[in-house]
Amino acid sequence: MKIGVFICHCGENIGRTVDCARVSKAAGFFPGVVHSVDYKYMCSDPGQNLIKQAIKDFKLDGVVVGSCSPHMHEKTFRKAVADAGVNPFLCEIANLREHVSWVHEDIDVATDKAIDLIRFAVEKVKRNTPLTTIKVPVTKRTLVIGGGISGIQAALDVANAGYEVVLVEKEPSIGGHMSQLSETFPTLDCSQCILTPRMVEVYQHPKIKLLTYSEVEKVEGFIGNFKVTIRKKARYVDDTKCTGCGDCMQKCPIKKKALSEFDEQLTTRSAIYVPFPQAVPNIPVIDTSVCTYFKTGKCSMCKKVCGRDAIFFEQEDQMLTEEIGAIIMATGYKLYTIDKKPEDSEIKGYGEYGYGKYKDVIDGLQFERIASASGPTSGEFMRPSDGKTPKKIVFIQCVGSRDESKGFSYCSKICCMYTAKHAMLYKHKVHDGEAYVFYMDIRSGGKMYEEFVRRAIEEDGVKYIRGRVSRIYEEDGKYIVKGEDTLAGVPITIDADMVVLATAMVAQPDASKLAQTVGIPYDKYGYFVEVHPKLRPVESSSGGIFLAGACHSPRDIPDSVAMASAAAAKAMVLFGSDMLEREPTIALVNENLCAGCFYCKKVCAYNAIEIKQIKDKQGNLIKEVAFVNSGLCQGCGTCNATCPSKSIELIGYTDEQIYAEISALM
Amino acid sequence: MENIKTQDPKIIAFVCNWCTYTGADLAGTSRLKYQPNIRMIKLPCTGRIDPVFIIKAFEKGADGVLVSGCHPGDCHYNAGNFHARRRWMMFHKLLDYMGIDENRLHFSWVSASEGKKFVDVVNAFTNKVKTQGPFEKYAKINKEFVINE
Repeated sequence: MKIGVFICHCGENIGRTVDCARVSKAAGFFPGVVHSVDYKYMCSDPGQNLIKQAIKDFKLDGVVVGSCSPHMHEKTFRKAVADAGVNPFLCEIANLREHVSWVHEDIDVATDKAIDLIRFAVEKVKRNTPLTTIKVPVTKRTLVIGGGISGIQAALDVANAGYEVVLVEKEPSIGGHMSQLSETFPTLDCSQCILTPRMVEVYQHPKIKLLTYSEVEKVEGFIGNFKVTIRKKARYVDDTKCTGCGDCMQKCPIKKKALSEFDEQLTTRSAIYVPFPQAVPNIPVIDTSVCTYFKTGKCSMCKKVCGRDAIFFEQEDQMLTEEIGAIIMATGYKLYTIDKKPEDSEIKGYGEYGYGKYKDVIDGLQFERIASASGPTSGEFMRPSDGKTPKKIVFIQCVGSRDESKGFSYCSKICCMYTAKHAMLYKHKVHDGEAYVFYMDIRSGGKMYEEFVRRAIEEDGVKYIRGRVSRIYEEDGKYIVKGEDTLAGVPITIDADMVVLATAMVAQPDASKLAQTVGIPYDKYGYFVEVHPKLRPVESSSGGIFLAGACHSPRDIPDSVAMASAAAAKAMVLFGSDMLEREPTIALVNENLCAGCFYCKKVCAYNAIEIKQIKDKQGNLIKEVAFVNSGLCQGCGTCNATCPSKSIELIGYTDEQIYAEISALM
Repeated sequence: MENIKTQDPKIIAFVCNWCTYTGADLAGTSRLKYQPNIRMIKLPCTGRIDPVFIIKAFEKGADGVLVSGCHPGDCHYNAGNFHARRRWMMFHKLLDYMGIDENRLHFSWVSASEGKKFVDVVNAFTNKVKTQGPFEKYAKINKEFVINE
């Protein structure tokens, strides 16, 4: 084999800490290497041409590129190699940037390590075999998980392009957090007014299958060919009969026991309920944890009053399976909340703010409900404790955000803006009221965002105080807020009527579990992780699974919508061709060696191992051996490590190749 | 031979492509620094790791071997890391029998978002292997009894 080695300086990125000339010189002496050069930018056009020309000039049939991570440019170089007539799988990448130059400082040490990594790659490529990619068909259907604004946008975009969508939402209605908001920054347009038409559009779209009150249970398969199991939870209401008249909810005797999720626990709801009047679909569900029928079997008032006979107490959870090509994750966020019961509260470190203890210390979403025309006070500002109009409100930002010791180290991004909006909305309705905002920094990056905050301060007279609040306590019906104005350097005491905490945005509590079910990575906060933070921000590392909205990181509505459309576009790119190309690095059985123990079959997570019968000419069974279904095999190699006779091998990562790499250490 | 001067102890790491290799990429992108002794061999999944790889690495002169992949439950291939963990549970009991100190082998979970953890794992393990000194037993046996291939 004639191998060419190409060392990239990556401008200065590799060149600064790795002596590329020395690496290329050393590589030139490795057995099998006939040509070795270094160049400033190997991924550039001239760089690629250098490789192509060398393949022709030196009749190379193997290529090693020492460059950035294979996750960056493996495809680029494989394509260049293929253009020059060499099988792309005879090209190996040694990671000299992420694994060497960027993490080590000493030039000699880094150069030695780079030489070692090139030696590994040369030894491996010698044992590579020419491969052709596997083609598999694509199911042109998309699963969208989460029916908030991100999920709605993604579903509509994909469906409007003519592809079928299955939209799964775990709550009884789609709409998500956006449906709870009063007005949206920086334009102050009514959140529900702009959202509900979208919700209806989803409901009526012929290409969208809407599954509310449903959850994804299992995801099998791979890009273009997922099989998804969805649990449609029992509503105890027949959705084919129900007209959404609401008689059942009015007559339900349970009114006080259940706190409204939609109103953020500021009000109560009946046991049979729709979350809010504009819910889509407008079909109630029965909360079995409070319903008298389900507790004692005594009441069935809803069933009696239902003119359509739609109440169906015997209903059970249904399991549905869907064939899916692409998955868009849009599970959103929740606020770092404080429960009614302090012991359940997530905020352990903010006891000094009295959240949960004082009724008038609330969080951002609760304030949204109070400010909303559809909320418990019909948009009038009233204190939850006594219904009086608050004359002084204190807003505290960064509760849980940017606080490594008590909360999370990240910035929740939206709180600066929504707090300005809250203060503004309050001042618009309570003209003689005073609004104070305690802030750390104002982060108002975005179109017309800074102008919006200035407007709150300059036109509406919201008082911004730079500093943290140390303590809040109740005295004579007032909440005494003790803080510090760090710009003036003086302590401040405000006797507030109400306090609003801008608590951090956090991932859904079951996000990591869902990530495990779907098979995508997540970070320590539970947010889903993208493949590349700059260039592939909406793709997960699992092919065919895309990310949209706040399930990825804290983000506002415009960002979420943009990301959702991007994810939808990525799904549609997938549907652009009928067949998909897949890496051919799958397992292969040596039928002569295989003894038919089928341990491989037991450990295979994809059911890719089948039993093949070997027969003689007369049709007599000689033996049974393992056979790999190339459509199902994902190339993990667990079978290879398990096989006692080493008769099943993972192409591209054979024992021989790995031993060669290990031996190259010497 | 200059290699040995600067790069002792020698550590081979078997890592999976999806979590630890990407986590190491992240460490690079974040310009975190760590000790340079480690040489990584990328595999699709820790499930691909045959315990023989580890023995082979020691035989070929490694002073320490690091195995790292996705956290339990996070495997890109659903369950490959569980198979790796099971093999590890059995294998590490055999180390003593094979004359390898347990401190020379480390098994850890590093996800794609844990660049910092990768650095910490590598540094801690490198220090641990340093205190063990060079692993010479297999090399000696090789020299005395095995004709080099």
